[in-house]
Amino acid sequence: MSILDKHKILETNATLLLIFSFLVVTIGGLVQIAPLFYLENTIEKVEGMRPYTPLEMAGREVYIREGCYVCHSQMIRPMRDEVERYGHYSLAAESMYDRPFQWGSKRTGPDLARVGGRYSDEWHADHLRDPQSVVPESVMPKYGFLEEKKIDGKYIGDIMATNALLGTPYSDEMIEAAQADFRAQADPDSDYDGLLERYGEDINVRNFDGQPGISEADALIAYLQMLGTLVDFSTFTPDASR
Amino acid sequence: MSKKSQKFEGDPNTTGHEWDGIEEFDNPMPRWWLWTFYATIIWGVIYTIAYPAWPLINGATAGVLGWSTRGDVAAEITAVEEANAPVNAKLEAAELTAIAEDPELGSYAVSAGSAVFKTWCAQCHGSGAAGAKGYPNLLDDDWLWGGSMEEIHATITHGIRNEDSDEARYSEMPAFGRDELLEKEEISQVVNYVMSLSGEPQDASKVEAGSVVFADNCASCHMEDGTGDRAQGAPNLADAIWLYGGDYATLTETVANSRYGVMPAWNTRLTEAEIRAVSAYVHQLGGGE
Repeated sequence: MSILDKHKILETNATLLLIFSFLVVTIGGLVQIAPLFYLENTIEKVEGMRPYTPLEMAGREVYIREGCYVCHSQMIRPMRDEVERYGHYSLAAESMYDRPFQWGSKRTGPDLARVGGRYSDEWHADHLRDPQSVVPESVMPKYGFLEEKKIDGKYIGDIMATNALLGTPYSDEMIEAAQADFRAQADPDSDYDGLLERYGEDINVRNFDGQPGISEADALIAYLQMLGTLVDFSTFTPDASR
Repeated sequence: MSKKSQKFEGDPNTTGHEWDGIEEFDNPMPRWWLWTFYATIIWGVIYTIAYPAWPLINGATAGVLGWSTRGDVAAEITAVEEANAPVNAKLEAAELTAIAEDPELGSYAVSAGSAVFKTWCAQCHGSGAAGAKGYPNLLDDDWLWGGSMEEIHATITHGIRNEDSDEARYSEMPAFGRDELLEKEEISQVVNYVMSLSGEPQDASKVEAGSVVFADNCASCHMEDGTGDRAQGAPNLADAIWLYGGDYATLTETVANSRYGVMPAWNTRLTEAEIRAVSAYVHQLGGGE
């Protein structure tokens, strides 16, 4: 009796068929998924990554809430045309503090992985208010209401604490100072030394939307203006095997 | 519907399954299908040997072809860079003003610059370079900071009022209203005076007083005749070209709160050859000096 004949036992027994199908799928899954968690070359370490500041984190929440990811990706693929248009291809480590990541899967609008610093704050404010005023060909909806909606960062510490629980290295001090840092980043006249001390010297401290008070537009622009700027690619040499 | 199943001579065996008198033949699978199936298995094995595939302890098998996504894109970019290296080197070595005079170099610079412009500049200055409110039109001959090749090159390299470059162009017009440097009435007068410079309809009764306010507060940058000073980035107010608008309400807003347009420094994102190319492109759009 060859092994092929024994196959009939599975074919005629629904429970056994289910069990063996499950086993096969499990093996396939293990081979494909499990190595991603331990292989060193899938968890490349790069310099410069830091957790989001409270204001940027709030902007990220707005980005997710408004569904920006539906039209904008944050993933520059390793292809020449993408690198020429958007900059260095994205590294996995660049979304290490993104929960969930915002890679997206569709580009009705351009990729935003390296939009930080590419335009002025004023451009972002104008463009959010009325995209067609600066890019007549654009089909993006207007987001002027963001600058009307003032926010105080009351819950941003809680969001950071949740991220800390998941492994983002927010210290207790960062979480405690969350609301103060939130306010400081949007006000260049404030005392923002603590913010720079906690998150790094290169944090943008500006009145991002040009309007008095802190609005959702401030937070969103703060987030957009740091996207893709953390890793210094003039000193980074990609390992071709990764 | 037949009432009774019929078996004919030479029919293959049945599987033994039978429903309502309908029986199932036990035919072998089509041969072409089976061979295709075996071929895919063999192909799969060859593929995993040729390309990166099997996970091991520290990494995955690299594949005998040595292919990688990153290597692929790096090779592609290097190939294009090498192909353009001679002409880019020539572009970087040339005198800025001499680029346009060399027909071959000039046409390369303009077409390469056009591609750079559409990728990096069009979002603010428009795909046709006509600008938008707050973002200068690059087609006309009205320049804030100068329209020669050198000035355009410097502006693109370092940008305007940004934090990235220490050499960024910088000017800061006072916010005459917000900082209470001028009374409301004085602002109204000077706005009417400025409108008279370019012949726009204005309240003639305020022009006289406005000219005094202008001479005391504005002339040091915008010059006595209002034609501006490029060394300070002070716009010409005597022409009818406006960056933010030349109507009464917009001008009042400009005088009261000032305007600080920002342009990024492009030397962090573009190579020197690309900056020179896009400078040449902008220079030949119509307003180059």
